[in-house]
Amino acid sequence: MLFRYRGGEGMLAWAFHRIAGVALFAFILLHVLDIWLAGASPELYDEVLAIYASPIGRVLETLLGAALLYHALNGLRIIIMDFWPAMTRYHRQLWYASWIVFFVLGLPVAYHIMAPAFGLPQFQQILGGA
Amino acid sequence: MAPTTLAGRARPKSGGYELAVWYLIRLTGLGLFVTALGHFMITHVIFDPAEQTADWIAAERWGSIAWRTVDWLMLTFVTFHAFMGMRTVVQDYARGGVRTMLTMALYLGAFVIFAMGTIVVVTMPLPIE
Repeated sequence: MLFRYRGGEGMLAWAFHRIAGVALFAFILLHVLDIWLAGASPELYDEVLAIYASPIGRVLETLLGAALLYHALNGLRIIIMDFWPAMTRYHRQLWYASWIVFFVLGLPVAYHIMAPAFGLPQFQQILGGA
Repeated sequence: MAPTTLAGRARPKSGGYELAVWYLIRLTGLGLFVTALGHFMITHVIFDPAEQTADWIAAERWGSIAWRTVDWLMLTFVTFHAFMGMRTVVQDYARGGVRTMLTMALYLGAFVIFAMGTIVVVTMPLPIE
């Protein structure tokens, strides 16, 4: 349905923005609750943190980062067109540009987050720093 | 369904509350572009989730008032942006009493989340110099 109904880049950009936004909303609820635990019950917080650092947690964080980065970049695209309407003619090009930025920035970060789950070095180890 | 442009929600012509929300969603979005993306880089690239225990947060991440202020600003942006964004979703898919009920639940939820976040960032003891 997503790809048949009227379709086009503009609608897909909108649909992805909404899906990512609702997912981010759900995470914000979880995240404020877990940080609240860091003050209210540090032991329980550290147990939740172990889930974040686990392989499954890292997969979810990679997806979270993808949702956040897409929503941020497409949000910027929306703001550009809202306040500079002439750019609406180029809404497709803006969307493609946001995907280029998404992968150029996102893939290295995805590697870095997932690396410990596969015993691979993170950036700090690759660069030889502390 | 609310009118949408090729971008986002169309700028409300009514003015007043709805227009203010429309502007503030964009303003908080820009704020989050910096604070939330920066926060994700700090918590996942500069540091790793494996090392950010509750003790570490108290001693390092929230070891200064300045960082707590940044994170509290982010909390302010995200509370408005997330809950008012969900309000737009509710307005698109719910009608009548259900819409009113869900909208009220969102306003109440926003208050609870903002209060919980504010309490933890303000009351966690600062490290002793």
